[in-house]
Amino acid sequence: MSNLVPGFIVDIWDWLPASVQYVTIVTWKILYVTVGVILAVAYSTYFERRVIGSMQGRIGPNRVGPFGLLQPFADVLKLLIKEVIIPSKSNRFLFIIAPLLSLTPALAAWAVIPLNDTFVIADINAGLLYVLALTSVGVYGVILAGWASNSKYAFLGAMRSAAQIVAYEIAMGFALVGVLMAAGSLNLGDIVDAQAGGVSHWFIVPLLPLFFVFWISGLAETNRAPFDVAEGESEIVAGFHVEYSGVAFAIFFLAEYANMVLISALTAIFFLGGWASPFESWTFLEDVQVLGWLVHGGFGWLFAKICFFMYTFFWLRATFPRYRYDQIMRLGWKVFIPVTIIWIFVEGAMAWMHVGPWSGLAN
Amino acid sequence: MFQAILFYFYAAILVAAALGVVFSRNPVHSIMLLVLAFFNSAILWLMAEAEFLAIVLVLVYVGAVMVLFLFVVMMLEVNIEAAKRGLIRYAPLAIAIALIMVVELVQLIWLRGQLAELPGVFVAYPEGYDNTKALGSVLYTEHVYAFEIAAVILLLAIVSAITLTMRKRPGLKVQKIAEQVAVRSEDRVRIVKMKSEKKS
Repeated sequence: MSNLVPGFIVDIWDWLPASVQYVTIVTWKILYVTVGVILAVAYSTYFERRVIGSMQGRIGPNRVGPFGLLQPFADVLKLLIKEVIIPSKSNRFLFIIAPLLSLTPALAAWAVIPLNDTFVIADINAGLLYVLALTSVGVYGVILAGWASNSKYAFLGAMRSAAQIVAYEIAMGFALVGVLMAAGSLNLGDIVDAQAGGVSHWFIVPLLPLFFVFWISGLAETNRAPFDVAEGESEIVAGFHVEYSGVAFAIFFLAEYANMVLISALTAIFFLGGWASPFESWTFLEDVQVLGWLVHGGFGWLFAKICFFMYTFFWLRATFPRYRYDQIMRLGWKVFIPVTIIWIFVEGAMAWMHVGPWSGLAN
Repeated sequence: MFQAILFYFYAAILVAAALGVVFSRNPVHSIMLLVLAFFNSAILWLMAEAEFLAIVLVLVYVGAVMVLFLFVVMMLEVNIEAAKRGLIRYAPLAIAIALIMVVELVQLIWLRGQLAELPGVFVAYPEGYDNTKALGSVLYTEHVYAFEIAAVILLLAIVSAITLTMRKRPGLKVQKIAEQVAVRSEDRVRIVKMKSEKKS
């Protein structure tokens, strides 16, 4: 590696103080992840339109570029050159800052997500709590957008969204209590390491109810169908972002999809072993020449799992009608929270009786 | 040195945001400034290596409590004139309370200064120190009774809040989900056997 780089660059690099080297490396990592997430978001929109198209017996975008692959860029260009309209009676400052408040937490949460066994921007102890805190901060963008627009429809959307996100956050937090009990750590890298050893060691096996609670709460937190009452285009036009246009709307869109990719990545890390390979225990595969790579973990596996969950997002959207609002509240408070509490007790009993390899409390 | 600059920077933002909460005319602006103040105190706690407290502050206060505050405040019709009149009426009381708190705080800090030398910098913990583990190991052993009493008080608050707001209105139609799920076709559909009628 080092003989690829000219000598004087290595000299300059060594001459720099350690703090500058650290900042440079971290900045590169942040750029790497941010650009990756934004590209993933761009192609999620394409993926979504193709998947839903084929589920509804249509074709979907196929005109821009080969197979319509350049469609996301055409969409971005269209949104960028449109005019941003600010309603005259709106609260100007909050109206402009609201989209940023919803995008920033969605991107900042990626700081603690381990992409493989070495790459993570910030390897902090309380990573799980950090993720939970940042996903709960994202709601401010939605609420402020609804209030600052000075529009009834936007305001109704904001109200619905605030109550919904606070309700599902509790179920989500309880589901993660189960994960941290099984892993014995709040660090996301350690949580993935605790699931090493193949599919039977993944947390989805002992925590199946919590997996469903977390995944459905994730759907509700991102305001996706069938929980998209905050947008509810057939009831309140477009909900909180009805007054937004052009780039400001694009940022809301970006934040929503970045949150979806984030929830998919988190579900993969917490319940499906993150970057670990499902065939980890099949060591005999290493002797087969073509299939040897299947045994080793890596970013590819995490990416595959994220793609699967993104597909599930779109699949659910094409399948289910929108929930009625009181039923959303009932599901969050009266079904999910009791289920998680009961399963935490079951898990405590499992750890106490030393059932299964996941009982992190035992050691 | 670098740490001190950071500390004063964030402390200054914290104080400015706290003043903004009080002096802002628009209650929604006040709430957003309070959120900023919470974030800055979280940063100060992070600098003291108390990452658990810092993140929980953001999670609980910013993520849940302030969202509910915002929820309520946004629905109020804000009358600035009335608020101004109230400001003058309540000012003496507010100033008195603020003065008492300042005196108490100064006295506390002065007393602590007398008893022990206060460190001018944050205590540096050894590598591998885990604030979450350290807190947990004390909270569930030494202070377990206080912890459980706090939990019971919170539960009591939840139950009493629900009891206060729950009222039975006559004539209210309520969906009974269990009954709806348990329903069978025999309960709703009656199949009537009848002979075919002859054409007259």
